[in-house]
Amino acid sequence: MATTLFIQRGDIAAWLADTAATHTVYAPLRDKTGVHFHRLCAQDAAAQTQALELDRQAQTPPKNVLLPACETLLEFSYAKQEDGSTSLDVQPVMPQGAVLLFGPRPCDARAFTVFDRVYDAGRGKDPYYTARRAATVVASVVCTRPEQSCFCTAVGGAPDDTEGSDILFTPVQDGFIVRPLTQAGEAVLRHPLFTEAAHREEEAADVCAAARAAVPCAPADFTAAPEPVAALFDDMEFWQSVTAKCLSCGACTYLCPTCYCFNITDESNGLEGRRLRTWDNCMSFQFTLEGSGHNPRPTKAHRYRNRIGHKFSYYPRIHDGALSCVGCGRCISSCPVTMDIRRIVHSAMQRAQCATPEQAHE
Amino acid sequence: MPQLESLKDAIAKALPELDVVIAWGRGLDALGATPLFITKPEDLDDMILGPSCVHNLATYLPGLRDRKVGIVVKGCDSRSVIELLQEGLADRDNLTVFGFACSGVVNVPRLRGAADRHPVQSMEHDSGQVRLQTDTGPVALPEAEALAAKCLTCTEPEALICDHFAGPHGTAERAAASGNPQGTLERLEAMDFESRFRFWEQEMSRCLRCYACRSACPLCVCQDHCAAQSRNPHWVTQEDTPREKLMFQAIHALHLAGRCTECGECERACPMDIPVLALKQALNREIHRLFDYRAGTDPQATPPLFHFKETEENIKERDW
Repeated sequence: MATTLFIQRGDIAAWLADTAATHTVYAPLRDKTGVHFHRLCAQDAAAQTQALELDRQAQTPPKNVLLPACETLLEFSYAKQEDGSTSLDVQPVMPQGAVLLFGPRPCDARAFTVFDRVYDAGRGKDPYYTARRAATVVASVVCTRPEQSCFCTAVGGAPDDTEGSDILFTPVQDGFIVRPLTQAGEAVLRHPLFTEAAHREEEAADVCAAARAAVPCAPADFTAAPEPVAALFDDMEFWQSVTAKCLSCGACTYLCPTCYCFNITDESNGLEGRRLRTWDNCMSFQFTLEGSGHNPRPTKAHRYRNRIGHKFSYYPRIHDGALSCVGCGRCISSCPVTMDIRRIVHSAMQRAQCATPEQAHE
Repeated sequence: MPQLESLKDAIAKALPELDVVIAWGRGLDALGATPLFITKPEDLDDMILGPSCVHNLATYLPGLRDRKVGIVVKGCDSRSVIELLQEGLADRDNLTVFGFACSGVVNVPRLRGAADRHPVQSMEHDSGQVRLQTDTGPVALPEAEALAAKCLTCTEPEALICDHFAGPHGTAERAAASGNPQGTLERLEAMDFESRFRFWEQEMSRCLRCYACRSACPLCVCQDHCAAQSRNPHWVTQEDTPREKLMFQAIHALHLAGRCTECGECERACPMDIPVLALKQALNREIHRLFDYRAGTDPQATPPLFHFKETEENIKERDW
């Protein structure tokens, strides 16, 4: 891998604007409602990057870049043939073009590895996801300003984590010390604004160490949650009590960088139509509503149990212990009633521990 | 804080007869409260009262119909309770309402921004100001900026329906009349049709379709069976253009015409800060003009769209 590089803070905009000529570039920009990832237009990139905000967590994750909230999987049309039969034409719509995602925090980049294990696994590869993933360079920025709802270190991550990233930018006084992590990352750094900076690696390491120390909730460790959470599966009294205030909306799942569930719908108009894939969420009653009318998760307690179970038990059990939560804390800070996933996982671990071995076994 | 103590006393006395009392507790920090479900006396230790108590707890009532429920309400929240009673969605016999003199609640996202998202250790509201103490120092905002928009024009700081009231009546500190603050609805009405449409296209482009607006609404009673998510019949397309998202908001607003008490939970719950309350306000204005009616003010009244009169007083069909 190439050596460590350096770029001045003020040069980031020019680099992004140049890269926008060959890539679709997404970056966190400050707008009237806060910080969100926006697509830079090639012509307007220089002006847009005036609003670049790297010192605050974006309120929405960059999940859309790899898993759009709504994407057309294929287009279809029916046609009447001369012999009276009907023919069906189906055209897949595949993602096109190279993408640079600049400025996610390491937690958001780590979230892509949660998708990779599901959509880019040996058994079944999702052609849409893998096409986007292969075409996307993820350039993360070390997180030096955690939110009070952050807990990445409790779920196996870190503010300088490199999992899921192609490049890691470490902020220093005069700019960024830049470490390419993959060949794809190296390629987008071939630009005259980056200079060789191997001598500053130690400085970057100091920034990372300070960032790790700054994460709130640091002593918590949820990597041991899979067994206790599974043990509470039938403890509906517990799930009802922790979800009493939940409104059962989908804000937590749609703002979650790791929630990857979707729905597929054919939207027809006359003889033509499109097959859409859209985000779906397990907080919704319809998510598990069966054709018979039966619903195995009829209440918000059942549904929230699935949210915790999936992230802290079922997923890690089949993916070598990796949790499907990266500790970004958006589900806490953006929840209309401030459901705190940290407290709930902590309570679950405590309750399972307090139960007698017989009870836990049942 | 005598008001809080007096409420706690009343709740402690009533608790043995109730399954649960819904109040507010501390959330992330002094700026963020969270609904608190009190089932045992020691839960009262976590109870708070003040400008961070933004949630309209009446939202939980339809889901707890078969239980004996106590609920703490601000004046505005009490209108939702009344509307639920009017519509037969809550039972008065199962309900114990605790009221207090409310001096307004804050606009949390705005104060989070003002505090530059630093944790807030304390918050005070008096003399026309809201003052925060953060990790990095004090922040003060005039109440016209710091309070929720609904509080600046509030006419019911005390519960309109109540079994226990904390403290003397008439003690709520009222927001200083800071001119007539222009709301989203007034701004929209000043626009031409094209600008208004562009406004909504821009705002709705942020919508995630999480439906927090619906789930937080005390009067959105379809909830699990919402038209937006029904697949059969397939009322609403899954296409996520701003127009389609606005279509859902139109459905939501129309279902609330003459029922909405403008508590603003839809807008407050929206994680994307989309000003969806304005749509309901626009319809309420029409309801007021046509039927001289305000939702949730009289438990005995029948909402205008719940009954049919052959001749309406303010609709002169015969003159059309």
